[in-house]
Amino acid sequence: MKKFLHTTLAAALLTVSSWASAQTLLNASYDVAREFYKDYNAAFVAHYKKTTGKDVKIDQAHGGSSAQARAVNDGLEADVVTMNTTTDIEFLASTGVVAKDWAKKFPNNASPTTSTMLFLTRNGNPKGIKDWDDLVKPGVQVIIVNPKTGGNGRMAYLAAWAYARKKGMNDAGAAEFVGKLFKNVPVLAKGGRDATTIFLQRNIGDVLVTFESEVVSVDREFGEGKVDAIHPSVSIIAENPVAVVERTVAKKGTGELAKAYLNYLYSDEAQEIAAKHALRPRSPALLKKYAATFKPIQLVPVSEYFGSLSEAQKVHFNDGGQFDKIYTVK
Amino acid sequence: MALFSLPRGHKAARVLPGFNITLGFTLTYLSLIVLIPLSALVFKTFTLTWEQFWAAVTGPRVMASYRLTFGASFIAALVNVVFGLLVAWVLVRYNFFGKKVVDALVDLPFALPTAVAGISLTALLAGNGWVGQYLEPMGIQLAFNPNGVVIALIFIGLPFVVRTVQPVLEDAEKELEEAATCLGATRWQTFSRVIFPSIAPALLTGFAMAFARAIGEYGSVIFIAGNMPMVSEITPLIIIGKLEQYDYAGATAVAVVMLVISFILLLVINALQAWQRKRTGAPA
Repeated sequence: MKKFLHTTLAAALLTVSSWASAQTLLNASYDVAREFYKDYNAAFVAHYKKTTGKDVKIDQAHGGSSAQARAVNDGLEADVVTMNTTTDIEFLASTGVVAKDWAKKFPNNASPTTSTMLFLTRNGNPKGIKDWDDLVKPGVQVIIVNPKTGGNGRMAYLAAWAYARKKGMNDAGAAEFVGKLFKNVPVLAKGGRDATTIFLQRNIGDVLVTFESEVVSVDREFGEGKVDAIHPSVSIIAENPVAVVERTVAKKGTGELAKAYLNYLYSDEAQEIAAKHALRPRSPALLKKYAATFKPIQLVPVSEYFGSLSEAQKVHFNDGGQFDKIYTVK
Repeated sequence: MALFSLPRGHKAARVLPGFNITLGFTLTYLSLIVLIPLSALVFKTFTLTWEQFWAAVTGPRVMASYRLTFGASFIAALVNVVFGLLVAWVLVRYNFFGKKVVDALVDLPFALPTAVAGISLTALLAGNGWVGQYLEPMGIQLAFNPNGVVIALIFIGLPFVVRTVQPVLEDAEKELEEAATCLGATRWQTFSRVIFPSIAPALLTGFAMAFARAIGEYGSVIFIAGNMPMVSEITPLIIIGKLEQYDYAGATAVAVVMLVISFILLLVINALQAWQRKRTGAPA
């Protein structure tokens, strides 16, 4: 027993000393960013060593974007949060875990990358789907994430709404258009990955509405040539916001490191890594370089028709909002 | 002087010592593990006004989800009572090759991560699945609608019935059945008048456990349900949906409603059991 205690103590001390020699940073992120941050972390560690001479260890925690935000709010000691919906960080700002003016702390609304909503159709696009108005045609089955349970679905909903508005419809017309679209949805997926599984493994539906960044992982996991990526004429800008978790860095003294970590996301090297993972970089030069992936389509910022994502949340997705009416009002 | 007077202060001597300590332990343990987390749940809803609470728990989508969750759980538990009894009966009364394996298989739904169960059931029953591809041309759809919910709940609830009935069946005296047959009872009479009364309390317990488990089930159902509002959204999904919009209070309000309904149902089942025991004269 005594010997056991000694060994554990020694082990504990060893771990503590190894912590002290290299600072660690915990990045709480969303599910599908796993691969991107794996590559980015390696690049950042090398860059940090070169510029400051210090070793640093980056840990990742992944989960559904808002589940991660709740975990951080409830006490998960993440130094930085990197999400795919601004509402998740706004929630953390409202509880005082990140700074109130988080969106101004880094360039481009503190969103180093963006994404947008695209269509995936079966190989050869047998139903000839080109744009959003093809999704409301009778007989077309659309797979979409439940906006109640996933940010992916909320962006898809807003993108369809923005398309209707761009086509000159008013809000009532847009509501009808989106309602018709959801009438063509046979199964509402719980999250982005669930939607991909339903579409590709269950073989349900003619078209999947999902993030542009998901297209690459579909090709990687299911083999190329199973699906066609279709770029609609209009889609929405989905920002991938980042923020420093002030509560954690104040306690751990990792403020500088956290800032450096997030700032480096805007470097050319990081933006290129992002582009390879099909996340739209901010740099115009890189967008041009990867134009084959990032076909230029008309991109609508959320602010154009919805004010902000949190306002859209209130009007459209909260209980009793516009989305509920699709299913509860006959 | 009475020889056998009890020591003062002790109202009644118990056969086993340590009642106070064990009661104290039970209450403390229950509080730590069950009551404190549940009271946190209730307190969280106090941030709502009564109107907000009522609106949160009676929305049309929420009401539809109660109907689905409690209805599907009830059907699944009923199915499990019938077929679970059959499985238990076969396992107790007959010897056959591979019985040990079958016996162990019964527990599998306990051990399997529920998400795995959900995903494999979906793979099986979806339109392109092993089973689904033959059923779909006949117009039978088992996945992505309330049928799928019931099937998933049957799967996770089966061991509860089998494992509660099995030991009772093992203890049942075969001589009673033989006596009944000798006295001229038909097979059905033997079952309904002799066997059934002795296993009914265990069946009810199994039903209650399978039912309670099904109400709270999330992982296995979510992949097969299809999650369409008003049609195939289970109540736990409504709770997740509310959390997703950072409506902690609304989520706990729905949870409290589920908790209260489940508690009442379990109380009723317990009362039924007590009444049944009394009626058949078995020791309580």
